[in-house]
Amino acid sequence: MADKLNLEVITPERLVLREAVDEVVIPGLGGELGILPEHTPLISQLQTGILVYRKGAERQQMHVSGGFAEVGPDRVSVLSDVAEKPEEIDAERAQRARERAEKRLSSRGEDTDFQRAELKLQRALIRIQLADKG
Amino acid sequence: MPSLQDLRRRVRAVKNMRQITKAMKMVAAARLRRAQERVTAARPYTTKMMQILGDAARRAPELRDPLLTGHQREAGELGAGNKERVILAVVTADKGLCGAFNTNLLKATQDFLRQNADKEVELVLIGRKAADFFRRRPVNTRREHLGITGSGKVSAADATRIGQALVEDYKSTETPVDRVYLLYSEFKSALSQQPVIEQLLPIGRIETAETASETLVDYVYEQPAAQIFSELLPKLIENQIYHALLESVASELGSRMTAMDSATKNAGEVVDKLTLTMNRVRQAKITREIIEVVSGAEAL
Repeated sequence: MADKLNLEVITPERLVLREAVDEVVIPGLGGELGILPEHTPLISQLQTGILVYRKGAERQQMHVSGGFAEVGPDRVSVLSDVAEKPEEIDAERAQRARERAEKRLSSRGEDTDFQRAELKLQRALIRIQLADKG
Repeated sequence: MPSLQDLRRRVRAVKNMRQITKAMKMVAAARLRRAQERVTAARPYTTKMMQILGDAARRAPELRDPLLTGHQREAGELGAGNKERVILAVVTADKGLCGAFNTNLLKATQDFLRQNADKEVELVLIGRKAADFFRRRPVNTRREHLGITGSGKVSAADATRIGQALVEDYKSTETPVDRVYLLYSEFKSALSQQPVIEQLLPIGRIETAETASETLVDYVYEQPAAQIFSELLPKLIENQIYHALLESVASELGSRMTAMDSATKNAGEVVDKLTLTMNRVRQAKITREIIEVVSGAEAL
């Protein structure tokens, strides 16, 4: 019986995090998924959001965007395009990105790529939210 | 015979050059180490992705994604006048002074063009050297990506951009592309780099060569396996490109290191040779002066 989860957060560039934790909440495409040890094996797509992991009484957050999570009885592997800890987020940059994205969305030009702008806005908002707390 | 002054000047010039090539060599060596680390750091992602992909493929073996199996063409559609369309993406460096690195890649590109003269080949050029080379030659260039490897740092976001564009080309309804190849320099060691051509699209078979113990986990799929599958395939392409970019950067640095090392050695030889000549010229001058003095004294 596993009593810990091995959490791995991997981006194409590097292994961001590898830690034994007690609980993980991942932003699945269909909603948040809370994972405790001995969870059924599961594969889910992720959306841009906040990944929360708990170790004892200590809760940590992380920004992830897109990708997949693979859950086993004793491990959670997150494959994401972007993964940042709150202390790695540049709040000012996120703020600027948010303004840019909002402007693009409100301008409604012919060739605006709404999907991309929307995604950027979402990322920026989550970054800001995380950076404020951190 | 050059004068003593000229020789001194040349020795100084060559010494300066030697200093520069030596510095470049050391910079390349330091960066090479980091580039290799980056290749290693990217490995877990690839492994994990292949594992999930393999599982999804096993789960739904009847999946038919054009990215995987190629376009289903009507018979006769590829008849006369309808040539097969091919894209070759070439990864070169943005900078020179790295030995035969770029030349080898460009040669391989031209070989490919010759071998596939019966097809309609378009190039996607990654790296300034390839762009400069083919700008004045009669080839079809579809796109250029410049300044990606210039700083020695490749971001996965760049690879994603290149990959997405290639997948779009491939899927395009007006002019669908039949095959996409990737040409880059494989990093074997600091001394040896080899241009290789890989077929990016269609992907063909997914290799499912994991350890037997992990093969049959009964995963619950939050989304249908088919959806995850079609989401993963473009990511696989992007990851392959990212990997190729990293290898290419490592190769470039390795090649530069060796090139600059031999340049430094050559400069050293030139300095030695010039110094020898210089000493000889100086000695000859002294001897001549002595003879002049002696014969002058005798004349008195």
